[in-house]
Amino acid sequence: MIELIYLTILLPLLGFVINGFFGKKIGNEKVIGLIGSSTVGISFVISLLALIETINLPVEQRTNVVELFTWMSVGSLNISFSYLVDQLSLVMALIVTGVGFLIHVYSIGYMHGDKGFYRFFAYMNLFIFAMMNLVLGDNFVVLFLGWEGVGLCSYLLIGYYYDQKFEKGTVAQAAKKAFIVNRIGDFGFLLGMFLIFETFNSLNFLEVFSQAKHLTGAETTFGFIALFLFIGATGKSAQIPLFVWLPDAMAGPTPVSALIHAATMVTAGVYMVARASIIFASAPVILAVVAVIGLFTAVFAATIGLVQTDIKKVLAYSTVSQLGYMFLAAGVGAFSAAIFHVMTHAFFKALLFLGAGSVIHSMHHQQDIMHYGGLKKYMPVTFLTFIIAAFAISGFPGLSGFFSKDEILWFSYANGNFVYWLLGALTAVLTAFYMFRLVSLTFFGEERFSHEKYHPHESPKVMTVPLIILAVLSVIGGWIGIPEVFSGEHGNVFHNWLAPIFLDAELKLAYYGAHSHTEELILMAISVSAALLSMYGAFKIYTQRREIAEKFALKFKKAYKVLLNKYYVDELYEAAVIQPIQKSSEKFLWKIADNKLIDGVVNGTAVVITSFSSVIKKMQTGVAQFYALIMMAGIAAILFWIILSL
Amino acid sequence: MILEYILFAILGSVAVISSIAMVTRPSPVMSAIFLVLNFFALAGLYLLLNAQFIAVVQVIVYAGAIMVLFLFVLMLLNTDSEHAILKEKRNLKFIGIFIAVLVFVQIGYIVFYSAPSDSVTKEIAESINAGKIETIGTELYTTYVLPFLASGFLLLAATIGAIVLAMKKFE
Amino acid sequence: MNTIPIEYYLLISAFMFSVGVTGVLIRRNAIVVFMCIELMLNSANLALVTFSSFLGDPAGQVFVFFVMTVAAAEAAVGLAIIIAIFRNKLTVNIDEINIFKW
Repeated sequence: MIELIYLTILLPLLGFVINGFFGKKIGNEKVIGLIGSSTVGISFVISLLALIETINLPVEQRTNVVELFTWMSVGSLNISFSYLVDQLSLVMALIVTGVGFLIHVYSIGYMHGDKGFYRFFAYMNLFIFAMMNLVLGDNFVVLFLGWEGVGLCSYLLIGYYYDQKFEKGTVAQAAKKAFIVNRIGDFGFLLGMFLIFETFNSLNFLEVFSQAKHLTGAETTFGFIALFLFIGATGKSAQIPLFVWLPDAMAGPTPVSALIHAATMVTAGVYMVARASIIFASAPVILAVVAVIGLFTAVFAATIGLVQTDIKKVLAYSTVSQLGYMFLAAGVGAFSAAIFHVMTHAFFKALLFLGAGSVIHSMHHQQDIMHYGGLKKYMPVTFLTFIIAAFAISGFPGLSGFFSKDEILWFSYANGNFVYWLLGALTAVLTAFYMFRLVSLTFFGEERFSHEKYHPHESPKVMTVPLIILAVLSVIGGWIGIPEVFSGEHGNVFHNWLAPIFLDAELKLAYYGAHSHTEELILMAISVSAALLSMYGAFKIYTQRREIAEKFALKFKKAYKVLLNKYYVDELYEAAVIQPIQKSSEKFLWKIADNKLIDGVVNGTAVVITSFSSVIKKMQTGVAQFYALIMMAGIAAILFWIILSL
Repeated sequence: MILEYILFAILGSVAVISSIAMVTRPSPVMSAIFLVLNFFALAGLYLLLNAQFIAVVQVIVYAGAIMVLFLFVLMLLNTDSEHAILKEKRNLKFIGIFIAVLVFVQIGYIVFYSAPSDSVTKEIAESINAGKIETIGTELYTTYVLPFLASGFLLLAATIGAIVLAMKKFE
Repeated sequence: MNTIPIEYYLLISAFMFSVGVTGVLIRRNAIVVFMCIELMLNSANLALVTFSSFLGDPAGQVFVFFVMTVAAAEAAVGLAIIIAIFRNKLTVNIDEINIFKW
């Protein structure tokens, strides 16, 4: 099955073509949904079979390249569409196709009745195509192709309801914002790619990484490459400073938020950092920057999520925060922990978004949690799966989130320092708090809506079955990554599976220092109990004694306002970056450079030619003698030339 | 020999002076007369060059037919004399004169530089032979018979063309 | 070598040619321009006969024969055209016959 891995990429593309070009004619929602979901489902099966085949191979043979065809071959630049099937890419492929399949099935129910049904599935399949290119590509160019492709699909899908308003602007503006901010990151990524080619004379992963392993003393080069690549990652994975597009991306349909902005596209940055781990490991300064930015983003976004009232906004900031965790893990050299969190986060965050979608769907697209309350008796399945996901993300012991988050916290202490751990644990406490605030305000307490307007009901099976599957995964998904402190020497299956990929990076980073298992257990106990307390506290406050929360908000009115307005980051960017660029473009680039210079040159060329010809046309006098004169002048010239050659 | 030089001097100067006079006379009829004089001088020069046939044909065709035609047309059109030749379009005309002089100087330079006298010697016997009417006739009817016939057609076309162009339409 | 050198004949030919050119460029009367053209043709004839005589090759004089034929034909047709133009415009002044002006 490894040789057929390219099918996982081509099938979604086929789905896009069929649904995109013939979807309107097909018309039947069931057929369109079937085509859209089955392509992803088959891709999942193929990836699974490839995984089984790879498991049965000895460790040294687990890196396989499947080449399709050469894309371009210019000088020393050889780029082909070839795909790398190894431990890391298989994990990512399974996440993308598995969770993607569930979300596609869910969307059949969620998007029911929408007139752009076929368009939605076409774009979703195109997204899977691009994402698979991203995770399976064996060189930076195919990765970048996927990178850009998912950015494009994100734009198309965010702007799905293209004729509607969204907050203070329009949906179209939100989509543009996402695309443009992404592009800023992509510029950094491109610069990184150029540097890589200049340094290693190749863009192929295996070639570049094997060279990087042995290259010593090129600290600054590695530093710049890592920095540029990381800038791309901050754009795609919504870290400081380029995270501002993710909350606005909630303008798109909820399944889009689940797939793209929770489970897959935003994790592309983490995947890229993990894939290029050797480069980052060779630039320890930048790696530290990665960790700090990840940590800072985690705390920052968690604080904003505390006060948001739109259910999707809370989840969006939660995503930014959890992505910060992943980069923190990568930044302290715990790459497999980062990927582990990618996987578990995909499960519970997708579940949270889909559950929110279920609630939104049944509440007639009302997204303000202040208008919810007590919904658990109307939507039991949604409630149950949602709260399981909330427990998972808060790190309830035994669930998937517990294992992945705890591994990150442990390594941020062991490979990093105490401050990393402390802030990470603080973020965990905040995460638990806002998640259970959300749960309490939505499903518990008194109903803050009128029954004439809203008729909450459970969603159809096509939507609840994926929720159930994801809930099961959120529970058991962490069990393949049980840390050694519980499972004994070499007991962490997930870590061992990915270890060969990150071996070179870890050797370069050379983390020494043995930390005892006791330390790990102590820290774990502290963070878990803090999280549990926070969960309980949030639950109690928001179900029974909301006055406490409101009094607290009044007491710290200023801080509350800052948080509610997301630290005014968007306004800051608007004033510091966007307005100056816009004004200078208008005043200088448009009026002077474009109108005067370029138009001047173009028009000037025409004017020169016109004036030149208006002089020459005077030669057409119509008087024969004048022509005879010119002829004689020509003869004189020829004679002159003959004289010269005598 | 002396006679040859004297004849050449006289005929040459007549040719030169009559050509200049022809160009500068305001009256077109005077120009025509001087042109006829020029043709006669040329015929004399041809005789000096042992080109008997051409000399005779020159007088008959050019001086006798073409110039008569010119004079007829001049008489028909009854044009005025051209006064003050150099009054209008002075600049262009001066440029024209300059270019003509320039061309003359250039051709003169080329002629004297290439010094054909060193390589071309005049064999009297051959020269006379070349000018004989038998020789020319033989050439015309053997080597150049096709152009000869073609020129016949040309003359036919010219005749018809001239008649058609100048004809008054019959009402 | 007691004969006139060839250069002098060629010089006369060149001179007549230049004078003819001058006449074509200067004169306003169309018929006089025609006559100057005939002058130029004759200068070419002179050069041809000169070479034919000095080289003993009759081909030059045969060529002169044809030149004269063509000159005659051209004079006839040209004068017919001038007559036709004169009928319409009542002038043979070249400056006034400039319908090709842009």
